[in-house]
Amino acid sequence: MAQTLLQKVWDLHTVRPLPTGQTQLFVGLHLVHEVTTPQAFDALRSRGWRVARPDLTFGTADHIVPTGDRRRPFLDVLAEDMMASLERNCREFGIRLAGLGDERQGIVHVIGPELGLTQPGMTIACGDSHTSTHGAFGAVAFGIGTSQVRDVLASQCLAIEPLKVRRIRLTGTLPAGVYAKDVILTIIQRLGVRGGTGYAYEYAGEAIERMSMDERMTICNMSIEGGARVGYVNPDETTFAYLEGRPFAPQGDAFGRATAWWRSMASDPDATYDDEVAIEAGDLTPVVTWGVNPGQSIGVGGTIPGSNGGGPDSQAISDALAYMGLRAGQPIAGTRVDVAFIGSCTNGRLSDLREAARVVRGRRVASHVKALVVPGSAGVSRAAEAEGLAETFREAGFEWRGAGCSMCLGMNPDKLEGNQVCAASSNRNFKGRQGSPTGRTLLMSPAMVAAAAVAGEVTDVRELVDR
Amino acid sequence: MTQIRRIEGRGLPLQGDDIDTDRIIPARYLRAVTFDGLEQHVFEDDRKAAPHPFDDPRFKGAAILIVNSNFGCGSSREHAPQALSRWGIKAVVGESFAGIFFGNSVMLGLPCVTASPDHVRALMALVEQDPQAVIRIDLEAGTCEAESLRCAVSMPAGSRDAFLSGAWDTTGLLLERYEEVNATAARLPYVAGF
Repeated sequence: MAQTLLQKVWDLHTVRPLPTGQTQLFVGLHLVHEVTTPQAFDALRSRGWRVARPDLTFGTADHIVPTGDRRRPFLDVLAEDMMASLERNCREFGIRLAGLGDERQGIVHVIGPELGLTQPGMTIACGDSHTSTHGAFGAVAFGIGTSQVRDVLASQCLAIEPLKVRRIRLTGTLPAGVYAKDVILTIIQRLGVRGGTGYAYEYAGEAIERMSMDERMTICNMSIEGGARVGYVNPDETTFAYLEGRPFAPQGDAFGRATAWWRSMASDPDATYDDEVAIEAGDLTPVVTWGVNPGQSIGVGGTIPGSNGGGPDSQAISDALAYMGLRAGQPIAGTRVDVAFIGSCTNGRLSDLREAARVVRGRRVASHVKALVVPGSAGVSRAAEAEGLAETFREAGFEWRGAGCSMCLGMNPDKLEGNQVCAASSNRNFKGRQGSPTGRTLLMSPAMVAAAAVAGEVTDVRELVDR
Repeated sequence: MTQIRRIEGRGLPLQGDDIDTDRIIPARYLRAVTFDGLEQHVFEDDRKAAPHPFDDPRFKGAAILIVNSNFGCGSSREHAPQALSRWGIKAVVGESFAGIFFGNSVMLGLPCVTASPDHVRALMALVEQDPQAVIRIDLEAGTCEAESLRCAVSMPAGSRDAFLSGAWDTTGLLLERYEEVNATAARLPYVAGF
């Protein structure tokens, strides 16, 4: 019978149906970082348990690491405590760690793919909601909480309920200046931030098939913002070409055997879906959020919606506008920004930096804007420096930082201050998300952030680059 | 293996859709290696910004949180249900819950049950009217009762059975038959490097 990739991976990784009706699912790769694991390792220690499969577990440090002065001990004693705890736990339990100073260090969702740890057909778990990123390779990848991290460490398994599958087909061709970020923001805007609850999103269609792995990762990354815990793209030649030669990818003859198996895991052409949605890529424009959840967005040429009409969302809209200090009916273009942040697991990869650098080259960051570029990994950083991108950003007045989660989430020294407005290439515009309880976030593509940085206000990037 | 079948307590109404985990517990409080003391910071930024139900003396000691839709969206931080649970919340009734938040809550023995929007609205109104009203949730019967209100509540069957049987603390269950785990690993070509 024809099956989706999700069904194939699920069946193959099912250890047994649990008496509760949940599935005991084997986890093929467990990624760990400093924030969501200390309590889980403590639980193992207190019960005298070992890590079941240290060979299928890999750690790095990203959330709390400073992106400026990285000397140890960190000035923030709490952050130092977490970092030291991760190092001790990995040492004690025999887990590989790409720690601070390691050439492989970076945001967990950037380094997994970069190192070839992330592969098609796997189940992947990590104590971070953006684990959905790894679905770009045709893996089924879950964000989990700390108690589930404990379970995976102890048993290499999760107790979990099955998911439905919605196929989202992106037809046609993306116009110039419109990026993967604009695609996923549009999907979330159309289907809603709750639309994906209970679903895995399968992204398909010719526009997805033409995308690079970096672009597919951006889309899968923000599945969770649409309520879908899992997002994936079927593996294809683009996937295999990306993986070939990566340190943890199969080598030599094994790579050929792997490719055959990976191909067999893709959804069958006649598989049936619980729901299907089609979106025409040619209709899309650069997108900017105006509110306090990632579904509250409009095209850069649009005007901010109002709460009149008294619809079900009118209270949410007026609350969001009050927090953001924006007025209904205003164009979003021209909104003044104080900070520009390029980075994060959504858009901190080399191709993101290349697109942003194209906009920045030969221009200067507006005098009132603080602008920073934070590569997603030490590897991205080295590659960008080798290409001269770091120099381009520095010359334009951007700060060039060390790899980490940085200003996406307010857990390290990079934070908004007061009610600053930030043009951000990250994934969440929640109230207080960027570290200041009154800080305001406008989500957009890295190229759009670059445009906002040089213009000092929200600007249509298509006006700044040659088409 | 603690079975959780019935929960009762006074209600705490918290209006709003899409209340995210950054609001439940701001990220700066995740900079710690334990969950101790998280309850002191639950909804901290919202509570500083405006009067908040968590500070309303009428709802002090309430154990049943009542919410609207997509509660707990956003990050996978278990710190969110941990903070609520440590505050004294024993169950949550809402229109809907974000998937990861729901799963994390199960792991902590904190049932999140869904009710229709009309019933959630009625329950919130009832508790506003009479903060002393006792809400009784029966997971087995799938009901929620408070004074004259009686409504159906539900959750995915597997999680409900986990609460009823006491298997919500899953580690033991997952470790039970390790030979089956090994058998699963053995049929995955990537585990052995193809």
